[in-house]
Amino acid sequence: MPQLLSRRGALAALLAIAASRAARAHGPQQVTIAKLLYVPAETTLHVGDTVTWVNNDPIAHTATAAKNAPGGPWEVMLPPGKSAAMQMTTAGTIDYYCRFHPNMKARIIVLAK
Amino acid sequence: MKVFSRASLLAGAFLLAGSVSAFAAGTPTDPQIAHIAYTAGVLDIKAAEQALAISKDEAVREFATSMATDHKAVNDQALALVAKLGVTPEDNDTSKGLAAQADAKSAELAKLTGADFDKAYVANEIAYHKAVNGALADLLIPSASNAELKALLETGLKLFQGHQMHAEHVAEGLK
Repeated sequence: MPQLLSRRGALAALLAIAASRAARAHGPQQVTIAKLLYVPAETTLHVGDTVTWVNNDPIAHTATAAKNAPGGPWEVMLPPGKSAAMQMTTAGTIDYYCRFHPNMKARIIVLAK
Repeated sequence: MKVFSRASLLAGAFLLAGSVSAFAAGTPTDPQIAHIAYTAGVLDIKAAEQALAISKDEAVREFATSMATDHKAVNDQALALVAKLGVTPEDNDTSKGLAAQADAKSAELAKLTGADFDKAYVANEIAYHKAVNGALADLLIPSASNAELKALLETGLKLFQGHQMHAEHVAEGLK
């Protein structure tokens, strides 16, 4: 019984390490824009990681942090066919939108280092 | 009867934008739909050019710039599509009605300056996009038979819904 427990404990420890490695493996992320959609609609990364937006639409967009977003306010201009990046410096859940087409919405989850 | 009631609905929507209904009764054909959508874009580009000539408000100018470039981009796509499909856009009563209404609005706006112009221009942009979006959703998209034309109109609808929201935000800032 104690052995089983310790095996379980070891397994739990291994799973915890694997989970933390997976969580830390986010690194830089890319969001693609096409037909007025941010893809993916939700991006997870760590403080210090960079998000790059690639605008494949023939029209200009922005990625604009919603009011009171952690680390905000910020805005990234995305001319047609161009990309731009920003490093995330504050942990938290950031909702953002396109100021030119406010029906375009997405989210970035910034985890602490 | 169904077609007639759709047309009535659109007439109602256009009453918001102006005093005359721009939409003719009946189901439009693809060449007519292409012409209507293209014309609606051209008219909004003209309105944007007028705003850029008159307005000094930064948010209004940015909105107008966005309208001019966005509608041009969509119209360029529409032209490329009709060329590919071998469709010749066909002028029709709805296109003519839209143009007449826009001319009347433009003459009205030309008499205004400063904050009066800004408010009237943005209010008209909200009403115009609302009316065009209603027409796209209720008549033009359901009537389009070519799948690529339908898809372009659907993207257009999403874009113009975004414009309407942008205009509403600008209007909030002008209060």
